[in-house]
Amino acid sequence: MTRKSRFLAAPYLVWLAIFTIIPLALIVVFAFTTTVTVDETGRIITAEELLSAEADGVVLGELTEKTVFTLDNITATSAYMPVMVRSIWLALIATVLCLVIGYPTAYLISRLTFSRQKMMLMLVMLPMWMNFLLRTYAWMTLLERNGWINKLLGLIGLGPFEMINTQGAVVLGMVYNYLPFMILPLYSIMTKIDNSVLEAAGDLGCNPIKTFSRVVWPLSLPGVATGITMVFVPAISTFIISRMLGGGTNMLIGDLIDLQFLGNAYNPNLGAAISLVLMAVILLCMSITNALDNEDMEGGALL
Amino acid sequence: MNTSGTRFSPLRRLYLVAIFAFLYIPILVLIVNSFNASKSRTVWTGFTLDWYRRLFSNETIITSLINTLAVALIASVVATILGTMAAIGLHNMKRITRSLVINLTYMPILNPEIITGVSLMLLFVSLNISFGYLTLILSHISFCVPYVILNVLPKLRQTDRSLYEAALDLGCTPMKAFTKVIIPEIMPGILTGFLMSFTYSIDDFVISYFTYGPTSQTLSITIFSMTRRKVSPEVNALSAIIFLVVLSVLLIMNLREINAEKKTRMAVSAAIRNESKSHKHEHAADSNGGGE
Repeated sequence: MTRKSRFLAAPYLVWLAIFTIIPLALIVVFAFTTTVTVDETGRIITAEELLSAEADGVVLGELTEKTVFTLDNITATSAYMPVMVRSIWLALIATVLCLVIGYPTAYLISRLTFSRQKMMLMLVMLPMWMNFLLRTYAWMTLLERNGWINKLLGLIGLGPFEMINTQGAVVLGMVYNYLPFMILPLYSIMTKIDNSVLEAAGDLGCNPIKTFSRVVWPLSLPGVATGITMVFVPAISTFIISRMLGGGTNMLIGDLIDLQFLGNAYNPNLGAAISLVLMAVILLCMSITNALDNEDMEGGALL
Repeated sequence: MNTSGTRFSPLRRLYLVAIFAFLYIPILVLIVNSFNASKSRTVWTGFTLDWYRRLFSNETIITSLINTLAVALIASVVATILGTMAAIGLHNMKRITRSLVINLTYMPILNPEIITGVSLMLLFVSLNISFGYLTLILSHISFCVPYVILNVLPKLRQTDRSLYEAALDLGCTPMKAFTKVIIPEIMPGILTGFLMSFTYSIDDFVISYFTYGPTSQTLSITIFSMTRRKVSPEVNALSAIIFLVVLSVLLIMNLREINAEKKTRMAVSAAIRNESKSHKHEHAADSNGGGE
């Protein structure tokens, strides 16, 4: 444990540079560049010129490919505004739903006896450990036109409803997949709230609603902030849930990125630009959450 | 001690039941369907184990399962060694450099998976490395190392420096003092980091999706291509098996934890009882404090 041992970190620092910093830098580089064809004099040959020259049988001389700086990719992302707005909107709804459903769940679990808490936590984590493709696939079975839900509804004379390939199905998939990410951080904060604190609030004249708004909620805010980030980030960047449950008509940012890199629309430069926009959106949303958290934390400290 | 669990109102119980129904019914449907003789997902025509038989004779699935385990093992072992070394090095660095490196280490955890996947893909394309086992394992190591570092660092902070110095005073070489004192102290952190890496690697889809090659399909990738086809009952059988494996692993872990907790609780209460018996007045307050 001497000063010398800090050199043990050297291999990791090299690793960090190659596999974290350079790849992220590459996204920025790709986002602001494009590959063009130039002739010997360095003049840029456009795609139309190339085509017409080929048709006319004109030889343009030695052609090479060159990477040049451009803002076109960034401005091109504005064409996908509807997709971005939809992604933010659906991810927001899913996050709020997870909070509304997960908050009482986490609270109820945190008031159980120790061994029961452990059991319940295990039940929350178990679906999380199953491959999320399988979990999403399960909902395909339930939601499809001849699926179980429509069958059950049919028994009482309702439906069939068009449930799969809708935005509602995508939100449902998000809530189902990411609900444990909301419950776990909330639980780990709430389990630290001692029952005696709640009893003290009651003894001092708080009704249950006041106890919640002035004691439980302020104390649980760090967990709320963590939970929101842990649901919102994967929800806004997903591309599998939207593809499996949204049926290709409800594209999200993730689908756009996937299309540019591995899909038919192969264009890594545009894909990198969209990725950059996605990172910016997430950073913005996270800083809003953090600001809220800090503000309320001060309020909680005063309490 | 928390005893309010006994005063749980029916409404609260119903709420928890509803949440767990929501979480488990889809999985249950998959498991039931895995025994369904009909290829249709909603018509029950009889019990069969046929899908399981087909699953085990499906070469793609078996190969991808082996791939998944091999990649997870290699990636988590390398990540554990790299991460443990890094944590020890970071622990002895100046505060400013350390917090800078730790913040950079957080990046792959905070970034959406698709960004990590895409950025690694761009790296491999730029370096002209063809996609296959190498790219897959390198990517998995990258997203596993942070978990090792973040588990080992707190353990290093908890170790008592004077123990190490005492070992030196008693004639240990620095190397020996390190392996005999520091390593055993941080071992729980190393193990947790390894296990987290292993499970994350097995479970990963998004990053693998951008970095795998045609020869290095993992189970997640195979499942992906299976679910794209409309009907594939083998997926149901596979789900049932994975569910069973995860369930048993979690059960074993939890039962051990609960038992350990019960044992310590019993030991503590026994100690309190003994204490209060022998020094009824002087120490009762102290030992009660320790038992809370």
